[in-house]
Amino acid sequence: MAELSAKKTRWNEWVLEKLFFFCAFVSVITTAAVIFILLEETLTFFETVPVLEFLTGTRWTPLLEPKHYGILPLVAGTMLIVIGAAIVALPIGVASAIFLSEYASHRARSIIKPILEILAGIPTVVYGYFALTFITPGLRVILPDTQIFNAASAAIVVGIMVLPMVASLCDDALRAVPASLRHGGYSLGATSFEVTTRIVVPAGLSGIFAAFVLAVSRAIGETMAVTLAAGATPNLTANPLESIQTMTAYIVQVSLGDTPSGSLTYQTLFAVASVLFVSTLMLNILGTWVMRKFREVYE
Amino acid sequence: MSDQTPILNAKNLSIFYGDNEAVKSISLPIFERKITAIIGPSGCGKSTFLRSLNRMNDFIDGVSHRGEILYRDQDLYADTVDPVEARLRIGMVFQKANPFPKSIYRNIAWGPNINQLGGNLDLRVENALKQAALWDEVADRLDDSALNLSGGQQQRLCIARALAMEPEVILMDEPCSALDPVSTARIEDLLFELKENFTIVIVTHNMQQAARVSDYTAFMENGVLVEFGETDQVFTRPKEKRTEEYVTGRFG
Amino acid sequence: MNDTNPRTQAFTRAQLRRRRAQSKAFEYFCSGVTGLAVVVLALLLYDIFMDGYRWVDAQFLNSFPSRFPEKAGIKSALVGTLWLVGFTAIIAIPTGVLAAIYLEEYAPKNRLTHFIEVNIANLAGVPSIVFGILGLAIFVRFFGLGRSVIAGALTMSLLILPVIIIAAKEAIRSVPSSLRQAAFALGATRWQVVRAHVLPSAMPGILTGVILALSRAIGETAPLIMIGALTFVAFLPSGPMDEFTALPIQIFNWTARPQETFHELAAGGIIVLLAVLLLMNALAVFIRYRGSKQ
Repeated sequence: MAELSAKKTRWNEWVLEKLFFFCAFVSVITTAAVIFILLEETLTFFETVPVLEFLTGTRWTPLLEPKHYGILPLVAGTMLIVIGAAIVALPIGVASAIFLSEYASHRARSIIKPILEILAGIPTVVYGYFALTFITPGLRVILPDTQIFNAASAAIVVGIMVLPMVASLCDDALRAVPASLRHGGYSLGATSFEVTTRIVVPAGLSGIFAAFVLAVSRAIGETMAVTLAAGATPNLTANPLESIQTMTAYIVQVSLGDTPSGSLTYQTLFAVASVLFVSTLMLNILGTWVMRKFREVYE
Repeated sequence: MSDQTPILNAKNLSIFYGDNEAVKSISLPIFERKITAIIGPSGCGKSTFLRSLNRMNDFIDGVSHRGEILYRDQDLYADTVDPVEARLRIGMVFQKANPFPKSIYRNIAWGPNINQLGGNLDLRVENALKQAALWDEVADRLDDSALNLSGGQQQRLCIARALAMEPEVILMDEPCSALDPVSTARIEDLLFELKENFTIVIVTHNMQQAARVSDYTAFMENGVLVEFGETDQVFTRPKEKRTEEYVTGRFG
Repeated sequence: MNDTNPRTQAFTRAQLRRRRAQSKAFEYFCSGVTGLAVVVLALLLYDIFMDGYRWVDAQFLNSFPSRFPEKAGIKSALVGTLWLVGFTAIIAIPTGVLAAIYLEEYAPKNRLTHFIEVNIANLAGVPSIVFGILGLAIFVRFFGLGRSVIAGALTMSLLILPVIIIAAKEAIRSVPSSLRQAAFALGATRWQVVRAHVLPSAMPGILTGVILALSRAIGETAPLIMIGALTFVAFLPSGPMDEFTALPIQIFNWTARPQETFHELAAGGIIVLLAVLLLMNALAVFIRYRGSKQ
């Protein structure tokens, strides 16, 4: 019988592999493009406006005279939303996760999990509508000082938006705690409350922390709900009932207007976007790093 | 021992997983149209050795080797050799039957199809199934899903699938370990028939099976080839003490 | 308990009863809080439905937006969304699935591969408005595509690409390796194995992921605002280079108006949007169900 022939250079296999590689590499190109675009305009911006003034200034009025370029009011606005959303999403998310992983029957899980997925799938513009037409009027009934555009309404819906993600990640974290730990607690005569709060939750704490970090990142990047409901007034305040403007809402405001490219106002868009990008990136890296660390603990 | 040139010949073959030497300097001939059994305790390296014979180890990260494997005097691992083509000549049946989630017919036809082996495909499928002693049971339902067959039937299907490629050598990695005794017996009978046309290398931890079925037996322990010879001799007049202890059941 | 002192026994029994009550209360608390999430969803859907159902009729679906609420409709927005999603699907699905195939079947385990995977994970978490800025700078301005459907589709594709890749990777990874081994042992090349065995097995999972990614694309507003999808469009796109609007943009535009009637129109638009999403997700569930039956 014939010998094994020389290795055929399979051209089509080679071409296909290179094509597939390119598709995967698109992600790298995208990241590079984002960084390049943001960096270019931001650096140009900093030729006019000193970095220190940008990062520490307390007045943001690039669209009015006199112009100020301190980003802190936008950061404060974003922070109000984030904190408010966290207050809503974290306790409810963790409690839901505890219910799902420790108490819920199979049937209950099979109903609740899809409902959470639905909540997560509702477009953000719908939440913006809900905040403006339902929550704000409701708030104004309870607290008449609430302005028509306010941080609280937006924060509440952002919290609802982020809730499914928190619940899901915490559920994963709690379910990853080995059953043997629970059994150890129960065999010592502990109640489910004690086992859950003193054994399971502390064991899953790093996963819960990761969920928290990723939820904050998501809240920072949220755009439509805050644009519709929180206002367009850069306002360095801690009062959630006032109108504010977040970084994302500012970017929308600029792009809806007629801003000539190359102008300083146009560049503010990129400067603010850079802050946004860097902060979410760092939080995401932190969150995934914490998640990976906790996964090793049980192995 | 046969004087013919072995169809496959391992010479001082060592196989490494990273730094771990799983197969230690084995020299083992495989003679044409004979059944060679490889026996030994779990973890002795027999499956690793078997997989090197059709370059299936290429898919495992970190595997390297020293020494050589010759296929009819040609180095199987030479740069010029196409592993895909090597596998056309040297087929494999796995420990757990792994039919494709397709019909019985398409399971058998797939290999010849993609390699464009030509000829009448229906005839090829029928012959393969007959050679695997499965034809009578499935002739009227070739379009049924292969997953509907019993465990023993699925394994015979996998054997038919390998046979349809008309290989020269068939490697079998503990083909009966997941099967009941009746199915096992049927496959063992099959091997006697196949021997007339194919070379078979079978890894098994079932010594009685090796004794019943094979012409030559290799006994491995801890990656080392302890003894190799005609089956009769290895089982009744083993040359090494370790071999004697293993085949008489004193360990493993 | 070895302590036979009746007073201590009574004390311990009382304590036990208290702890058990506490445990039960906690359980009810957790289930109640979870129920709250369900209530919120119901409230949201009810509110929107009540606000908008009066407006959803054939005329609404078939009219262009107008300054006059009675005449306004979402025809251009609905059609624009369909154009956008269509082109996004054509661009993003092949790129994403092929990328996942590369990463799971071909890529060596080296630093470049790790770098690519880190990039994908990071992009999944970048705010959608940043993608909008990217689209504006690259597709609208640099490539000169203007405020067109294709610019929007390219931007959306970049946005949902990580979602598709991650879902497809998961689906491909879950194909058992024994299947691949069997195919390789028959002398198949890697692409033959992938095309004939891995992809068909992974297809339900991939399709589910794709549909969920497209659902996300349908609902996104911020990137479209950035690339300049217009908010008052009284025509239908006839080609990929045409300007367009989309459902979320129209909803945003109406919600941002102060008049009550426009809010009701927005609610009507939301009902249509949610209906489209419901259809797509039902499709995903159906595919998942059929896929798991095999």
